[in-house]
Amino acid sequence: MYTTELGKVSPLQDGAQEDPERLAAFEARVAADEFVEPKDWMPQAYRRTLVRQISQHAHSEIVGMLPEGNWLTRAPSLQRKAILLAKIQDEGGHGLYLYCAAETLGTSREEMIDALHSGRAKYSTIFNYPTLNWADIGAIGWLVDGAAIMNQVPLQRTSYGPYARAMVRICKEESFHQRQGYDLLLALAKGTAAQKAMSQDALNRWWWPALMMFGPPDENSPNSAQSIRWRIKRETNDQLRQKFVDATVPQAELLGLTIPDPDLNWNEQRGHYDFGAIEWDEFYAVVRGEGPTAKERITARRDAWANGAWVREAAAAFEAKRAARVAA
Amino acid sequence: MDHSLFRALTQLGDDSLILGQRLCEWCGHAPTIEVDLGLSNLALDLIGQATLLLDYAGEVEGGGRDADALAFHRNAEQFANCLLAEQPNGDFARTVVRHLFFATYASALYEALAASPDARLAEIAAKAVKELRYHADFAADWAERLGDGTEESRARMAEALDWHWRFVNDLFHDDRDWAACAARGLVPLRQSLRYGFERDVSAILERAGLALPRKVWPIVGGRSGQHSEHLSVLLATMQVLPRAHPEAVW
Repeated sequence: MYTTELGKVSPLQDGAQEDPERLAAFEARVAADEFVEPKDWMPQAYRRTLVRQISQHAHSEIVGMLPEGNWLTRAPSLQRKAILLAKIQDEGGHGLYLYCAAETLGTSREEMIDALHSGRAKYSTIFNYPTLNWADIGAIGWLVDGAAIMNQVPLQRTSYGPYARAMVRICKEESFHQRQGYDLLLALAKGTAAQKAMSQDALNRWWWPALMMFGPPDENSPNSAQSIRWRIKRETNDQLRQKFVDATVPQAELLGLTIPDPDLNWNEQRGHYDFGAIEWDEFYAVVRGEGPTAKERITARRDAWANGAWVREAAAAFEAKRAARVAA
Repeated sequence: MDHSLFRALTQLGDDSLILGQRLCEWCGHAPTIEVDLGLSNLALDLIGQATLLLDYAGEVEGGGRDADALAFHRNAEQFANCLLAEQPNGDFARTVVRHLFFATYASALYEALAASPDARLAEIAAKAVKELRYHADFAADWAERLGDGTEESRARMAEALDWHWRFVNDLFHDDRDWAACAARGLVPLRQSLRYGFERDVSAILERAGLALPRKVWPIVGGRSGQHSEHLSVLLATMQVLPRAHPEAVW
């Protein structure tokens, strides 16, 4: 799952400190849609932005295992349990590729994980919402992975080669996840009144957070222009959000569900759906770590890391002994 | 109905189901991402085996129950899994030892079952044995790493061996139904696998600088539905939705 640009820790417009000739050559390569590879020269700001974006994406995959894992032990059939297990495993795999892609920029996995646990690095705000019923698992696949795909498909052509290549595989898996989420909800749509009520409740809670996944409106996204010029982003937040709404509304109708937005209307002139105002105060609060389950999520990750420290130390000690035996 | 075969198949299916369910609890909480993915793989194999075995058990029973009906609509005393499978994950050392004992036993058992004259069981076992051999290797690798890692990991492994050793007699218990199937040549007696199990596990532990604990008073009961305190709690979680919505299809 993709995370929008969150913490604006480093000013992007610091290209002035770079060698102007190299910078111009770099800009020309990127403008020509060439891939930048790990050993190529790149501006410091480009490197920093990428590490931030890729590691936030990786953290989102890993933290994102938790809300879905919450229902894994309660999946209502063996097939649904196996599907959910495989899906969460895919998310963990995405986290792993993405940490590896970010490591090619010179930041270690440990440093990135430490940044997550200390609160310096962010992850997608969506995972700070709770999963309260089984339909939430469908809604996450359909809406959250659906929004992720909107964000990620353009990133298959992002300028940094390792990131773009990781994204090709991730996109294939995410579109499978979206279909499984929708399939889960289709089964509920054909089911009992209680099952239908679960789905509507899930949509009511996930719709607005899913729209927030695309990040702040364009007028409040100061780094977008630079990121688009560097082909780190390829479409603006608002363009992607509109695409998502347009694609999702008919899918909700097919499920017999009502999107919780009284202002939602097809606009014949624009050829798009109009939709209501997003509560940006809520978004910024969740970004600040005030989401309903933010403390639980980060505590779960810190605990897993702390409780596993002795295992990682043992594996490293064993490997060192083995290497010493081989050398002897 | 072939009652003995039904019971033998539920013993096999319940072992896979309950251990798979336990491993699901690790998801998102393992010591590294790689271990998280590895444990999910083990769980996926086990849930898959459980589905095949319990579907077959339902067909043998002939009462219209499928794997889901058996998994989600029986009470603890109707489950026939071994006591080991239902034990809580504990720390990673306890999970490794539980899996080392189970997978070493199960890979030998399924190798024999793959030659069963019951063609359906043989077919399921032929698939499962490949998975379980990997499970045994995974557990053996970690047993060695933790046993020969740090002082702390070695102490935790010793504690975990001591913790789970009391359930090994139950793992090899041949109840009446299993023995009846063995007499018909459909399954091997579990006791016949015990010597090889102790030899294989001892060899792994020796490489890790560890040893099997001394003999203990045998606790048995899993096969006949007398479980530990943990199973009904596990089932309460696992079965909550199908029990709350018995008419629903998911």
